[in-house]
Amino acid sequence: MKKFLLVGLWRDKSRSSLPVLVVAIGVTLTVFMHAYITGFMGDTIEMNARFTYGHVKVMSRAYAELSEQMPNDLALASSSDWLSQLETGFPLMEWSERIHFGGLIDVPDSDGETKAQGPVAGFAYQLLGKEANEMKRLGLDKSIVRGKLPVKQGEALLSEHFAQKLGIEPGDTFTLMGSTMNGGMAFYNLILAGTIRFGVDVMDRGSVILDIADARNALEMSDFTGEIVGFSKEGFYNDEQAMLMAARFNEQQSTTGDVYAPVMKALSQQGSMAMYVKMSEMWSLYVSLVFIFAMSLVLWNAGLLGGLRRYGEIGLRIAIGEEKRQVYFSMIYESILIGFAGTVIGTFTGLFFAWLLQTYGLDISGMMKGASLMMPGVIKARITMVDFYLGFFPGMLSTILGTALSGIGIFKRQTASLFKELET
Amino acid sequence: MIVILKSFFMKRCLFFLIFSVVTNVSAQEADDILARVDQNMSSTNRIFESGMTIKGRRTSRTILSKTYASGNQKSFTEYLSPASEKGTKMLKLKNQLWMYSPSTDRTIQLSGHMLRQSVMGSDLSYEDMMDDRKLTEIYDARLIGEETLDGRKTFLLELTAKVSDVAYYSQKVWVDNERFVPLRQEMYAKGGKLLKQTEMKDVKRNGNRWFPMTVIYKDMLKQGDGTVFTITSIVFDQPIPDHIFSKASLKQ
Repeated sequence: MKKFLLVGLWRDKSRSSLPVLVVAIGVTLTVFMHAYITGFMGDTIEMNARFTYGHVKVMSRAYAELSEQMPNDLALASSSDWLSQLETGFPLMEWSERIHFGGLIDVPDSDGETKAQGPVAGFAYQLLGKEANEMKRLGLDKSIVRGKLPVKQGEALLSEHFAQKLGIEPGDTFTLMGSTMNGGMAFYNLILAGTIRFGVDVMDRGSVILDIADARNALEMSDFTGEIVGFSKEGFYNDEQAMLMAARFNEQQSTTGDVYAPVMKALSQQGSMAMYVKMSEMWSLYVSLVFIFAMSLVLWNAGLLGGLRRYGEIGLRIAIGEEKRQVYFSMIYESILIGFAGTVIGTFTGLFFAWLLQTYGLDISGMMKGASLMMPGVIKARITMVDFYLGFFPGMLSTILGTALSGIGIFKRQTASLFKELET
Repeated sequence: MIVILKSFFMKRCLFFLIFSVVTNVSAQEADDILARVDQNMSSTNRIFESGMTIKGRRTSRTILSKTYASGNQKSFTEYLSPASEKGTKMLKLKNQLWMYSPSTDRTIQLSGHMLRQSVMGSDLSYEDMMDDRKLTEIYDARLIGEETLDGRKTFLLELTAKVSDVAYYSQKVWVDNERFVPLRQEMYAKGGKLLKQTEMKDVKRNGNRWFPMTVIYKDMLKQGDGTVFTITSIVFDQPIPDHIFSKASLKQ
């Protein structure tokens, strides 16, 4: 039976080529779109996690309420103790202290007076020493444009565009001016080790990156930290796990009413990330559902048209004694074969296009100028296990559904009128 | 009918005449009040030592400094304590401002939006510190009422900027009606938003003028309990050597 149907489909291309093509195109789009959304949304989430939110973040309660303003006067005290406690209590996470601040970079002339200056966003990470784990996480080595990475205290990185604007070269000294955590004036000399470009407009506009020890000296924040960020050792954000972890930590701290006691927030509890995480979860489902629905309509129509075109054939088969039920199910079997073939071709093609986008990416940095949300300048797809079987749902279901719906007409045919039909 | 119309127009003319006279008198009176405020608050030059207590959300700290000021064009401030601020100096010449930090041995010029930043984490901005112009030079005044403030009778003036390079477009000023010293000021943006509020206390007689020795500043856009600026000693119209107001004095 299967062989008979296969040979039939193979010989009569008009019965198989168009439906296979339609299924293949639909499945290609489904697989590609899923990989694209997974890649783009995932990259955006991970990028925001790496640079800003962490997978989870620990701050003082007072700091957390105003965290967008980087209020270092409300920073978390005894940060080294809290860091040890977090490392012991949550061993599946990597923890790191960070300080964010705003200030002014002033470049001196040969007399030590102001030659150029500009406002800057400061990012202090654990770049040096045994605990240094941020260079790799932030991809600083890949982002270097000129000079080198900081190797000792007193060295810092500036964003390339900002350094060019200030007319400063690697090896030159500049002064960081800001506010200490007590509100005093902070002046701190740094040497420009190198310049960086992340391809993220928010970071590339004007930023200085320095070791956290330098920031502590400059801002009088000894054993204080703005935030302690945690990253899953698995390497990707799991919202459910992060929320559970935050709830567990906050439960332990719930007995104190101190506004400077620590509080843990998952990535999706910070800024506008809640909506983004939800979106990334829902979009794949929506895309698949939309394609299943749309393709069902298309294939139903294709099936109807095919059914009309094969009106005579079906009539003849019933006239020579074939059961209506048998004719109906043979058409369903045919649709399974067509759906399978189309899905395999579509999955392969979709994966191929997704692989191209995953490997080479699509540069949209030109469209990102002035963007306030941290988004990757190059869109990349990400092929996951789901992409290998996702296409079978719309590919098989819609084909079978379309044929099942259009084939109902077979049961309405009257044997008595068949010969009259065959004469025409 | 004509008589009625005539009477109506006469009444209207009389009303506008009285209204314009009252308005002019009010404006004249307001200008006079403001001029007397300027007589008290402005001087050819002054030397004073002050303490600035900044009440933050977590800590409170006091910064002591000594300031030399000549007219509204030149001033020089040296911070005396705490240790972290000691030796920091600030020089203002016309509309330019330089800061010297001994820890970095750098002289940094502040300009543009940096002038709107807080001085030492206080509720004062550099712009506030720099603008020593007489109120009559930069504002038109209107007397809008009289109120009693902390037991003192005051004139309530509404000031509107008549020049463009002013930090606050309008102000409400409560002026002591005997001593002609402002006791409270509210500074507003052009859109009407209250930006800053000051209260003057401890008004003392100094020579032929009255002067508030304590000013409480509150930046309304900032959390915290404000900044208390207290003058511990002040002398007016004393000769100040010119070399004080030079960039060379910053590093000395």
